[in-house]
Amino acid sequence: MSSPIKFLAQKHRKQTAIIAVIGSIYVLSSWILNFDNFSGFTAVPKAFNWLGVNFFPTAESVELLPRIWQKLIETVALAVSSTVVAAIIALFVAILGSKATGINNYVHVVVRGIASFFRNIPLVAWAMILLFSFKQSDFTGFLALLLMTVGYLIRAFMEIIEDEASETMMALKATGASYFQVIFQAVLPQIMPSLISWVLYMIENNVRDATLVGILTGTGIGFIFDLYFKSFRFDAVGMTILAIIIVVITLEVLSNQIRKVIL
Amino acid sequence: MLEVKHLTKSYQKDKPALTDISFSVEPGNFLAIIGPSGAGKTTILRSLNQLIKDDDGQILLDGSDIRSDNKSQLRKHRRQIGMVFQNYNLVERLTVIENVLHGRLGYKSTFAGMFGIYSEDEKREALDLLDKVGLKDFALQRCSELSGGQKQRVGIARSLIQHPKVILCDEPIASLDPASSHTVMHLLKKLTVEFNIICVANLHQINLAKKYADRIVGIRQGKLVFDEESDMLSEEILETLYDQTISKELK
Ligand SMILES: Nc1ncnc2c1ncn2[C@@H]1O[C@H](COP(=O)(O)OP(=O)(O)O)[C@@H](O)[C@H]1O
Ligand SMILES: [Mg+2]
Repeated sequence: MSSPIKFLAQKHRKQTAIIAVIGSIYVLSSWILNFDNFSGFTAVPKAFNWLGVNFFPTAESVELLPRIWQKLIETVALAVSSTVVAAIIALFVAILGSKATGINNYVHVVVRGIASFFRNIPLVAWAMILLFSFKQSDFTGFLALLLMTVGYLIRAFMEIIEDEASETMMALKATGASYFQVIFQAVLPQIMPSLISWVLYMIENNVRDATLVGILTGTGIGFIFDLYFKSFRFDAVGMTILAIIIVVITLEVLSNQIRKVIL
Repeated sequence: MLEVKHLTKSYQKDKPALTDISFSVEPGNFLAIIGPSGAGKTTILRSLNQLIKDDDGQILLDGSDIRSDNKSQLRKHRRQIGMVFQNYNLVERLTVIENVLHGRLGYKSTFAGMFGIYSEDEKREALDLLDKVGLKDFALQRCSELSGGQKQRVGIARSLIQHPKVILCDEPIASLDPASSHTVMHLLKKLTVEFNIICVANLHQINLAKKYADRIVGIRQGKLVFDEESDMLSEEILETLYDQTISKELK
């Protein structure tokens, strides 16, 4: 074993090395992409200026609001339903797979692997794959969001159970409580706040992602965004973006309020 | 009577955590287990209700060996053994009385237990026990709102409602301030006598062990180095236990 001083010096060197590596990766990738850093930065204000002029909602685009609103509600509903269903599935799987409540270590490793698989396939790839089977429909979007969200939530829930419920579980086990009693009386009440907090976070995320998926599946707000964009109705596109932003921010404020109450 | 005979356990090969531990305790007696960190105190306590599977030996509660239990026998044994934890291990989001009632789970059908359906008698007893530990007015408070000392008393009430023959306490006062420590120790001692139960507590504070325990067992590197009436505990013994002079602690 090395001495503490040596260890700290090594740690310091490691950190420096990591920063150097990240820096070189940035330089290298800029070079590969032919990305001129300086003109890249100066182009940003210009781009925003162009956006501001062309995408500014006009009186005409305000008339489109009811339609935009209806599609937006569809999209929010898609995000909420897929997240809630994903959360229920993920909770079951996480209980079976976590180190604290699970069947055994073999199952734990398999569940982690499956969760990682679902999580690491990009959402767009999920949507495109599912388009083959389910065509352009709300269900395709629902399924794509569901699968990705299940991947995220299984992992999050397993960690929450292991971190927050292990000790109380042990106490109830010691009283002679059975497995299901322990799950219902100790694990679920103990993890509920963190669980809800994660579900709210995934809903916020999925509203944004559902927009993207909608472009591919031809549904919801993504569909009319795409429609207006391709027909050069930039003012209407601006209106749509504005509406999305308002809804996303509202949801964020709302879920923060809920968090404050439950935590 | 609780009898531990030749208890042996190693977590890793060739690294024994417990070697040939034997002691016994009669009802109405308070036994303190002392010894340095890593000596094996927690391992002993958790073996007593088989939260840890030990390797060899016997653990006899009124003559029947817990170690040879099948699942349902173990459940019946466990409900006769209460446990009190350093970090209380309550369900913080639930109310005080719900946490106390958890001590009844071992007696309930799976369904009634899952959904927390308790009889009137059980609820009344929970309130009586809360009165006993000095928390009469806290029944409907959330546990997260209590102080450490109050949480520990909820933990004690939870173990008492099991109608235990034994209460195991793993460092019950290690997270408490001195005043709460005395309250909790005093309570444990009083209840041990009142309900004629066996109390086994891992303790760091030697002065408190001497004050409240009837007998003290010393563990060092997984071996039992003494087993004495608490008045007999001398400085020399403590020196061999901790490898240093701690005469200050004795006062
Ligand atoms: N889960 C475990 N895995 C491996 N070793 C353990 C585990 N728990 C305890 N030990 C080891 O067993 C020994 C006794 O630990 P423990 O019973 O916790 O001691 P104490 O409670 O007296 O501080 C220590 O050396 C500890 O490192
Ligand atoms: Mg310990």
